[in-house]
Amino acid sequence: MSELTINDIIKPENLVYQKTKLMTDKALSYCPGCGHGTAHRLVMEVVEELGKENDTIGVAPVGCSVLAYEFMNIDMQEAAHGRAPALATGIKRLWPDKLVFTYQGDGDLAAIGTAETIHACNRGEKIVIIFINNGIYGMTGGQMAPTTLVGMKTSTSPYGRDVALMGYPLKITELIAQLPGTYYVSRQAVHTPSAVRKAKRAIKKAFQNQVDDAPGLSFIEVVSNCNSGWKMTPIDSNIWMEENMFPFYPLGDIKVDGKLVK
Amino acid sequence: MGELRLMKGNEALAEAIIRAGTDGYFGYPITPQSEVIEYLTAAKPHETTGMVVLQAESEVASINMLYGGGGTGKKVVTSSSSPGISLMQEGISYIAGAEIPILIINVVRGGPGLGDIQPAQSDYFQSTKGGGHGDYRLIVLAPSSVQEMSDFVLTGYDLAFKYRMPSMILSDGAIGQMMEKVELFDAIPRLSDEEVKTLYPWATNGKPKGGERRVLTSLDLDPSKLEQHNYDLQAKYRLIEENEVRFEEIQCEDADYVLVAYGSSARISQKSIQLLREKGIKVGLLRPITLWPFPTKQIDALVKQGVKGFLSVEMSAGQMVEDVRLAVNGRVKVDHYGRLGGIIHSPEEVAEALELKIIGE
Repeated sequence: MSELTINDIIKPENLVYQKTKLMTDKALSYCPGCGHGTAHRLVMEVVEELGKENDTIGVAPVGCSVLAYEFMNIDMQEAAHGRAPALATGIKRLWPDKLVFTYQGDGDLAAIGTAETIHACNRGEKIVIIFINNGIYGMTGGQMAPTTLVGMKTSTSPYGRDVALMGYPLKITELIAQLPGTYYVSRQAVHTPSAVRKAKRAIKKAFQNQVDDAPGLSFIEVVSNCNSGWKMTPIDSNIWMEENMFPFYPLGDIKVDGKLVK
Repeated sequence: MGELRLMKGNEALAEAIIRAGTDGYFGYPITPQSEVIEYLTAAKPHETTGMVVLQAESEVASINMLYGGGGTGKKVVTSSSSPGISLMQEGISYIAGAEIPILIINVVRGGPGLGDIQPAQSDYFQSTKGGGHGDYRLIVLAPSSVQEMSDFVLTGYDLAFKYRMPSMILSDGAIGQMMEKVELFDAIPRLSDEEVKTLYPWATNGKPKGGERRVLTSLDLDPSKLEQHNYDLQAKYRLIEENEVRFEEIQCEDADYVLVAYGSSARISQKSIQLLREKGIKVGLLRPITLWPFPTKQIDALVKQGVKGFLSVEMSAGQMVEDVRLAVNGRVKVDHYGRLGGIIHSPEEVAEALELKIIGE
C-alpha cells in the first residue's frame, strides 16, 4: 500500500483554503512556531487579491527574512542590512505606478537602518513598509535588538536589558507616526486567527493606499514571537508575547489617513 | 558639431547626466562636487526629460537608491567626493555582487579621513582594487579635461550596461572646479518603460505576465554556488581586461622615458614632457583612461620598445605606481612622484623628479 500524501486528502470538494500562488513551494526557512511565514503569506495574499502580482516589487532585508525572496513569488531585490527603504525609494521614484514594499525586522529597520527608515517615512515615499518586531536578532542567534524589552534576556543582554547600560527599547512605530510623511501606521500581530484577520486588513489597507496613490507611506508593524530566540515553546512564546510585548507595544491603528488616532 | 559652452567640470558632468538620458540621480552634497546636484536641481529635468533628482539623507542612502533604481533597469547615477564614496563602499559591493549597472562619480579630495577639499588622487586603490568587501571590480574612467567629464558619462553608462556592473568616473577637485570649453553631445532620449523591459529582462520591474519572476541578490548561502558566481564574475572581468582598456599616448614613439599619469596629473605632465624635451631628454606620456582595466599590455609594449624607465605621477603617496611596477615586472626602473594632501605638483617638480629618480642613477 502506497503512503498517503497530502494530495490524496486535498480534493476540490473538501478544499476550504488554498495557499496563494504568490508563495513559492519552497519550504520556509523559519523555525516552527515563528510568525514570519504567516506575515509573508498575508502580504502575498494581499498582492494577489489586488491583482498586482505583475506590478509589485519587494525588497528583502538582512535578518531572519533575508531569504524572503525565495518564498515570495514576485520580482524581488535583496538589500544590505537596514537599507531596504533606500532601495524601495529608488524603485518607486522611477516606477511610480508599481507597488513597492519592504519587509524588515527590528534590527534591520530600527537599529542599523534607522536613518533610511525615518527619512523614507519623512519624505512620504509612497511605499509600504512591513516591520516584523520580535524584540531580538533571530538569525544571528538571539542577540539584543533595539526593541528588546527592559529586563529581557538575550545572548548579549544575558542578565536582562539594563537601561543604564543598554538604553531603552525603541518605539520606532510611534516615532515615525509623528512624521507628516506617514499616511497609515498600524501595529498588528499574527499569533491567533483573529489577529491574523486584523493584520491582513491592515496590510491590505496599506497596499490599497499605494494603489490609490495616497500621499504618504504606509507602515505596518507586526509584533511577533521568536520562540527559538526567546527559548520558549511556540505556545509559551505567544503567551509571553501577549503578557509582555503587547503592553509595551499595544496593537491597533496609530495613524489613519494621515491623522493620529487618539 | 555639438553645442559649445564654457563650463566647470562639475557643471559639464551634470549637463551630460541630463543629456545622457539618465532616469535618476540620487546624491548628497559634499565639497568639491556639490555643483552637480545644485546644477541638476536648478535645471528641473523632471519637467523636460522626466529625470528624477533626489537629495538623499546620506551617501549610504544614495548608493542604495541606485541599487534599487538600477535593479529595475533604469539609468541611475550618483556623485560624491572621497569621504562620501567611502560611505558608499558597502552598497557598491552589493551592487557588484548583484550585477547591476550603475554610474558613480568621485570628484576626489585630499584624505585620509575628512582630509581637505583640495584636489587629490589618493582614491586610486579604493576605486581600482575593490574598496568594499569581496572579489569585485569597478570599471574606472579617469577624465583629464572638462570635455571628458562630459563624454565619460556616456562611456560609463555604456560599459556599465554592457557588462552589468558598476562603473566609476574617477575625477578630482581640479577637474571638477576648473572651467574649460566643452562640446556637449546631443541629448539622448530616456528609454520608455517598455524599452527598459525589453532590453533588460533581468531587471526587477514587475514579474512579466506568464513569465518568470526576477530576483536580484548578492547572497548565496551555498558555497559551491557562490564560488561559481565568483568564477562568473571573474570571467567577466577578464573579458573586460581584454576588450576595454583605454589610454592615450603622447610622444611615446621615440621616448627613452615615460611618465604615467591620469587626470589632472596627466595635464601637468604634458608640460613636464615639453620642459624635458627642451633639455634634449626624450620623454613621453602614457595616460591611462581606464584605471581598471589598466593598460598593462601597453606598458609591456613600451618596455619592449626600449623605454628605460617610468615615473608614475600621481597626487598621492604612490598608488598607481604599483600597477606600473607589476606591468614592468622589474625589467626597468619605476618610481613615483606626487604631492599629497591636496597640493598640486608643478610641471617643473615632475621634470626634476624624472631626472633625479629615474635618469639620475
